[in-house]
Formats: sequence, C-alpha cells, structure tokens
Amino acid sequence: MRSIKNSLSKTPTGIEGLDEVTNGGLPAGRTTLVCGSAGSGKTVLGLEFLVHGIEEYGEPGVFVAFEETEKDLRQNVASFGYDLEKLQDEGKLSIDHVVIERSEIEETGEYDLEGLFIRLGCAVDAIGAKRVVLDTIEVLFSGLKNQQIIRAELRRLFRWLKDRGLTAIVTGERGDGQLTRYGLEEYVADCVILLDHRVTEQLSTRRLRIVKYRGSLHGTDEYPFLMGEDGISVLPITSVGLTHTASKERISTGVADLDGMVGGKGFYRGSSILVSGTAGTGKSSLSMTFLTAACERGERALYFSFEESKDQVIRNMASIGLDLKPWIDKGLLHFHNVRPSSLGLEAHLASMHQIIKRVDPKVVVVDPITNLISSTDNSGVKSMLTRLVDFLKMKQITAMFTHLSSDGTALKSMEEKVSSIMDAWILLRDVEHEGQRSCALYVLKSRGMAHSREMRDFVLTDHGIRLGDNYMKGRNSGKKQHGAHAGAKRASSVKRAR
Amino acid sequence: MLRLYVAGQTPKSVAAFTNLKRICEKHLAGQYQIEVVDLLVNPKLAKGDQIIAVPTLVRQLPVPIKKIIGDLADEERVLVGIDVRPAAHTGV
Repeated sequence: MRSIKNSLSKTPTGIEGLDEVTNGGLPAGRTTLVCGSAGSGKTVLGLEFLVHGIEEYGEPGVFVAFEETEKDLRQNVASFGYDLEKLQDEGKLSIDHVVIERSEIEETGEYDLEGLFIRLGCAVDAIGAKRVVLDTIEVLFSGLKNQQIIRAELRRLFRWLKDRGLTAIVTGERGDGQLTRYGLEEYVADCVILLDHRVTEQLSTRRLRIVKYRGSLHGTDEYPFLMGEDGISVLPITSVGLTHTASKERISTGVADLDGMVGGKGFYRGSSILVSGTAGTGKSSLSMTFLTAACERGERALYFSFEESKDQVIRNMASIGLDLKPWIDKGLLHFHNVRPSSLGLEAHLASMHQIIKRVDPKVVVVDPITNLISSTDNSGVKSMLTRLVDFLKMKQITAMFTHLSSDGTALKSMEEKVSSIMDAWILLRDVEHEGQRSCALYVLKSRGMAHSREMRDFVLTDHGIRLGDNYMKGRNSGKKQHGAHAGAKRASSVKRAR
Repeated sequence: MLRLYVAGQTPKSVAAFTNLKRICEKHLAGQYQIEVVDLLVNPKLAKGDQIIAVPTLVRQLPVPIKKIIGDLADEERVLVGIDVRPAAHTGV
C-alpha cells in the first residue's frame, strides 16, 4: 500500500493574516524568497517574522542586514512597538550588519564567501537561532563583480541553511520582467512571496501575493495588507458564503414599524443591510437608531463615520431624541472617524478590519460608503466590499451601510453592484408633492424573508424615527383634503432630516 | 601593515599567502608586515572587521582602507589594489 506523502511542515510567521493565506506559515526548514520594490515592506516583514518567532514561538532569530544599520532597523519597527534592542540584550535576536563597500574592494582571482558563512554560523550558534533573515542578499551582486562565484555561493548558502534546519527569509528587489533583479527565484524553489506597493493618485495600496508555494495549497489572489500601528496585517479573502453558519436570530432595527416591514421581527443577525437615499433623507439617523437598539440589548456597537465628527453626530442625534452619551460612557457605542481621502481603498479595509477585531462589536455601521466607492477605481470596490461583508458575516456581525444616491429615482450601476452583495436594501426617497417635501421608505429587498412592498412615510421626530402609514394613503382621497391633511401631519414635531 | 584573512588552510588561502609574500618581497622589501588571521580560529573577527569573502587582504594604513579579495594571483591588480608603485626594474 502506498504511504501518504507528508505535507510540508510549516513555520508560523505570527504576522496577522499571513499564516492564514499560507495555510499555516512558511515552509519549515526551508528558504522563502520575499521580493518587492523598495519600500514594499520586505524588511518589516522579515523583522516581524523574527520578532514573532521569539515572542510567540520561542525561536531565536538572526537578521543579516546588507543595507540598513542596526540603528535603522530598530527605528524602522519601533513605531510598531517592537523593541529590538531588548531582544538583542536578551540574547534572542542577533543583528549582523554586513557592509560591502564596492569602492574599497578589488577582486583578483578566485575566492569564496566563506567569511559570510562563518559570520552567519557564529550568529546562529551564539543564540541557538531557528530563524534567519537575509535582507537583501542582492547587495552581493552590486558589491562584487564575479557573478559566477556569487551564484555558486548562494546555492551553497541555501543548502547550508537547509542542512541546519533553519527557516529563512531572503529578500530581493523587484526586477524588470522577472521577479528579482538577479534572478534569485531560480535558487529558491520552495516559496516565493511578492510584495507590491502601488501609489495611484496619491493613494498608496499594498498587496501581497504568493507566487509559488511548493507542496502546499495557497491562495492565488493578491491580498491587500496594511502597515498599521501593529505592523503588517494581511487581509485574507474568505470564500463567500461557504463557511458561514446562517443565524436564525432576528434583531430589531430600532424602529418597530420597520421591523414589521421585514418579516415582522427585524433583520437576521449577521446580515448586511444597505440604506441608500438622497441627501438629507435620514440615513445616518436610521443607522444610529439601529446601533442604539443594539446598545439597549447590551451589545457593543461600532460606527464608522466618513463624513461627520463624533460631536456632530451626537448633536444631530440629540435632535431626534437619541442620547448617545450614556452608551458611549458605558463603552457600548464606539466611534471611528475616517478621512476617506487619506488612505487607499485597501488600506481602509485593513484598518477597519483591525478596529473591528479590537472592538469586537455585534453591530457595525459604515456611514457612508459613498466616498469609498467614488474615491477609487470601480473594479476594486465590489471586491473590497465583498471582503468586508464576508468578514463581518463570519463574525456574525450585523452591518448597515449607508449610501448617498446622487439621484433618488435612477438606480445607478454602482448602487446595483453594491446592492447585490447585501442581504437587504432599504431605500429612502425624497418626494415632492404639492409643494411639500417629505420622505418615504421602502424595502427593496430582504433576503430570506417576506417583506412589505409598501412605501411608507419616513419621519424624524423628537422621539426618534417613526414610519407613517402607507405613503399613498390619504394622498388619493381628493386634493384639497389631502393637502390640509398632509400639512397638518407635517407641522407637528418634524425635524429636518439628517 | 597588511592583514590576510583566511579560513583554514585551503588551497586558495595558501596560494594567496604565497603570492602575497612574493609580491611584498619584490616591491615592498623591508617595508611590510603581514598578519594572517584565520577566521576558523577567530570567527568573531569576520563580523568585527567586515569580512565576507575569503581570502581577503586588507590594507588598513594608510587610509582609505583597501580590501582585495581572491588568491592574489594577478600581481598588477594587487599592487593597484594596495596602492603600491611597482619597484623600479634594474636592467633588462
């Protein structure tokens, strides 16, 4: 009987999201090539690999730096909260800065790079290292002239690392037409990761792609990643719908009448709801009502605001009778203000990802997603939103997304694209009738449940949102009567919609 | 003051030493001093003195530092490398 081949054993990197997209980490005891252009994050990735190795997996590590000094490296990651000096003092981390000064060197005849091997061996043995990073080994090519010798020695180096069972990362600069300038990918057979850093219209986007991973399943997508406060975090794309357990639980929107319109009980937990409407129709108010309803149930709520400041929102909600302060003080209502133009689409996603993980809410509002959509190329939007919605579903977080429609009646293609990802879609429409402006709500779709097809009066009062009768009621029963009736209705405690 | 870094008694290292001795005798008679550092014996010096290739000849003085790597077979290159004018030839 044939024996089953053992799957490659893996070394977890400890880098958020990376172990997920690689299904466990980097190939253990082998060398991984990380290539990318300058500033793409290779050095940080290497350092994080070592730091996590020490702090989380008890594996000391050696960092061989060909370009940066020890001081540079320490400063590089200090902002992420990594104290390299401390790890060095504890004998867990060794940094060797290799200087190759081309102007100093003259080559005459045969030589080998045994000096490098000796240094590396020394460093590894001194602390019992299990992990090694060489950043960036291509400096050898620019410092020394004899390519043949360098290549032969590199082959020898990778064998050397393998023989000692060291899990290593070697970094290389991106080349034109090939992965690295000097073709390092030829020698590194097991795993190759590409880091990409693009700046389009002053927005920077970082992506990671696993080009090769011999003997392992890996995602083939480009994963966005962020260099945030805690270092690198990679956003894995989760398979849509496959791993979610659909909840049967229904939660209130905070507006009893609206709950009634959607199967009588509100929305399913973990569902995604789009609320779109023209300016001033009350989308933010509805979304905040939804959040405070969650707070009333003792659940944590998170509000991502892309337009207004926390104080503005608090003030606005106060005018419709929603007092947010107690929920904020109790730590149930969390705010996060974002400036949409300051980050790329991918960076926003990763940042929201991190905040959601930290706050761990049961309900989330993104108000509005409009700027995100318009601030970048359209092809990325659907993908980004899908990931976000997916991520929220996985965590069984019910989410509401508001969107400013530029035209109340026409369904723009972007809105359609976005709505197809959502489970439910509520439309708020400005309606003008006989010199009166009012707002109507209707549920365009709501997956998995029967929903009302009525268009209802949507009113913001002192005591919150109220849904009136069927919009058309009272409007067909004669003009004069209707006018007076409608006028009277309007006059009493209606606030300017927000 | 010349320092030759080797890693044990490999053919390249031995050749380098032999070549170096010869060159020095010829062009620097009485004005040189060769120190041989075996990195297998003193591995820490590889880091301290920034040596990656073996064999490496280092001329520390006068500054700037010059490093010549290889078996030093090419006499002219070595002389250029350590900044020494070839000794004048006597006769034919």
